[in-house]
Amino acid sequence: MPQLGKVIGTIWGTSKYPGLEDAKIQLMQPIAADGKKTGEPIAVVDTIGAGPGETVLYITAYEAVIPYHRKMVPIDASIIGIVDTIDLRNAK
Amino acid sequence: MILAKIEGTVVATQKNSHLQNNRLLVAQPVDVAGKAIGTSFVAMDVVDAGVGDLVLVMKEGGSARIIFQDNEIPLQSVVVAVVDNLEIMQN
Repeated sequence: MPQLGKVIGTIWGTSKYPGLEDAKIQLMQPIAADGKKTGEPIAVVDTIGAGPGETVLYITAYEAVIPYHRKMVPIDASIIGIVDTIDLRNAK
Repeated sequence: MILAKIEGTVVATQKNSHLQNNRLLVAQPVDVAGKAIGTSFVAMDVVDAGVGDLVLVMKEGGSARIIFQDNEIPLQSVVVAVVDNLEIMQN
């Protein structure tokens, strides 16, 4: 909405839905702000260029296709940013 | 919209160009008694909410596009109000 995730791998597939040929797809572990896992890993399209191990922001549902340069393609989750810091220190 | 508490901030310099202008906050959904429910997520701030604030978060992409007047913004959750007072009828 966006949510947080950690890139844990990359996925290659030659035969993909038309229009997704050049989509870079990462394997990502959804996490909460404190780093705890919040579900099973999912495949996400990466238009930002995140690398394995990096914490990222991702978005799902209709908005996931927005960052991609083609519109009528099946994308339900995409990375929209690479996180530098999450600051939870002064939370009351 | 949902009730949430702001638990922190997220900095991400390398991100989608449409997300550049506003702060990203960590929002933890809470019930009317202020107890955390469900998983925290990230929301874009438009009301200068601070850490520890009780807020209203709007969680729908179409409304995010209206708020930012931008059909290319990859966003769903926006902090749209800071709650000053919450009055609940006890039945």
